Amino acid sequence: MPKPFGKLTAVAAPIMRSNIDTDVIIRIERLVGNGIRGSLGKWAFGSLRYLPDGSENPEFILNRAPYREAEILVTGPNFGCGSSREGAVWALQERGIRAVIGSSFGDIFFANCFQNGILPVVVDKAIVDGLAAEIELTQGAGRIGIDLEAQTITSPTGKQHRFEIDPRRRAGLLEGLDEVALTLQRDDEIRSFQAADRNQRPWIHFAGKQS
Amino acid sequence: MEQPGRTMLAKIWDQHVIARISDDTDLLHVDRHLLHDLGGSRGLLDLKSRGLTVHNPELTFATPDHAISTAHGRAGTIKIGLELLTALRVETTASGIRLFDIDEPGQGIVHVIGPELGLSLPGCLIVCGDSHTCTHGGLGALAFGIGSSELTHVLATQALIQRRPKTMRVRFEGKLPPGITAKDMILALIGHVGAAGGTGYAVEYAGSAIRDLPVEGRLTICNLSIELGAKIGMVAPDDKTFEYIRGRVYAPQGEMWAQAVEAWRRLPSDPDAVFDREVVIDVAGIEPQVTWGISPEHVIGIDGHIPDPQATSDPERRAALQTALDYMGLEAGAPIAGTPVNWVFIGSCTNSRLSDLRAAAEIARGRKVAPGVRAWIVPGSETVKRDAVAEGLDKIFTEAGFEWREPGCSMCLAANGETVAPGQRSVSTSNRNFIGRQGPRARTHLASPASAAAAAIAGAIADVRTMER
Ligand code: SF4
Repeated sequence: MPKPFGKLTAVAAPIMRSNIDTDVIIRIERLVGNGIRGSLGKWAFGSLRYLPDGSENPEFILNRAPYREAEILVTGPNFGCGSSREGAVWALQERGIRAVIGSSFGDIFFANCFQNGILPVVVDKAIVDGLAAEIELTQGAGRIGIDLEAQTITSPTGKQHRFEIDPRRRAGLLEGLDEVALTLQRDDEIRSFQAADRNQRPWIHFAGKQS
Repeated sequence: MEQPGRTMLAKIWDQHVIARISDDTDLLHVDRHLLHDLGGSRGLLDLKSRGLTVHNPELTFATPDHAISTAHGRAGTIKIGLELLTALRVETTASGIRLFDIDEPGQGIVHVIGPELGLSLPGCLIVCGDSHTCTHGGLGALAFGIGSSELTHVLATQALIQRRPKTMRVRFEGKLPPGITAKDMILALIGHVGAAGGTGYAVEYAGSAIRDLPVEGRLTICNLSIELGAKIGMVAPDDKTFEYIRGRVYAPQGEMWAQAVEAWRRLPSDPDAVFDREVVIDVAGIEPQVTWGISPEHVIGIDGHIPDPQATSDPERRAALQTALDYMGLEAGAPIAGTPVNWVFIGSCTNSRLSDLRAAAEIARGRKVAPGVRAWIVPGSETVKRDAVAEGLDKIFTEAGFEWREPGCSMCLAANGETVAPGQRSVSTSNRNFIGRQGPRARTHLASPASAAAAAIAGAIADVRTMER
């Protein structure tokens, strides 16, 4: 069950390349096996963060001060495209990231964020670019504020931007709801749907069992 | 006022609504839940740890594909892969879920076996903890990938909360030139609209060139929907679809078959249905496609040249192109054809079905893999493997110097130690040329099975049309 998300003011790191995919966020071999949780933070963006000899790449933004402390990523379009691996979100989370701001996200990655208490904020590309420019201007010293309740972002120089978010998802993040438990409260509805559907579409429910 | 026409997405969606959650969000019934070795046991264990049980084990099906070795006898399956397989066996047995285990007909890449077994049907809502679940849309199913949390939700409730996506229709019109395949069509589309062109949409593929495609080609098209940014891709079911499904193990039979087909005929979008976005592609101009960079949108025709970052004025785009060129070790402006390759991989849920292997074998027959190239054929399923062997395709391949392997995901995602070595170049029929996808610092070029076979023979990226008989 995700931790509730309310307000956050933190260092933000711009990673502006388009189409940063989930394989770049976390490589598959880090995700094979049970009991991987807790070890993923150091492998987030592994292929960018480390040089072939295993040492840190000093050029990569999350290896530089003050961005090492970043809890927010400001990202290029289509961040998190690619695979459904929720490990991409876990890796960011274990690396200390709590919110991602961008103009668009991979659809499955976007949904996975909410399941883990990470806030993906969608705003116009011009706003994202403006935030990145301000961060660079202050060399990362300027922090970004996010207020989920008020649906606003505050830029390093104090500009406020409003963002839209699905009210259900907003409520889910604010309260840290357990979606499975909520849906199970509707189990009667699920079962009566299935009872009716067995007559409507028996081929769905009796697959391989008909004479 | 008259009701506007409805899209296929709307029709299938509405049939699955258990409850309205908000204006645009519904609780949907899941008809088929497919589990694989990488996430399946984790989901079942997660459920158990919450004190819950599987809501509908009879609608849930499992198979190992991601983390098993595809070497003969499955030799060399890594330790963690074996643990995942064991856990999948134990947990599916305990939950009463049908597992298609290794060496059994039915085992294979999850998106190959669903259609092949008749589990995936038109109008069916299918989910799997894998983004290429969109593949099943080729039969007119509403199918999409989910994350681990959603997976647990489906196990516990047989339902899922989803927001209705926007709709996009892509019409492929005209007659496909000889030698051009479904893979070339979809790569050309991604090149045209970009890797984010479908983000937020459910895509319906339509038009005369889609109607002309066999079902397996439609599965390939839908498979790459996610590479377009769309988690859903679909093709309206037609007589070809019904013929493909008829008689498959889990397909309806007898009276139920007639009833099902009648329902399926009502699924296609109404002629006056309105989509949020429309794209039209004339297929007559499509060449064999090959990617040169690190996103599927980095794609060009085989006669094309590698783009020059200096030719674009947008600094962000220039930097992105340069990153791609550096990673791929390619020179701006050079022709893509003739680029030497070390590896060829023919397999994956995109292109490992019988028709794909036939197309590759047609090029390989009587020729030899170039010296210095390792070329693998990894059939998509146990059934594909057996059918291919019955036709003698395995012989054609092995005589030409290809390695004939056991079914699984293999080098598509390189989860089982089956990787392309750092700096080496591969032509692959899979779906992702991301940085490190086929192994750390591996360089991947995506292409069709026939083009990949041509690259193996030539030892370089080659125009398959010059090798066709
Ligand atoms: S073949 Fe590749 S893309 Fe397809 S399910 Fe396996 S790993 Fe995923």
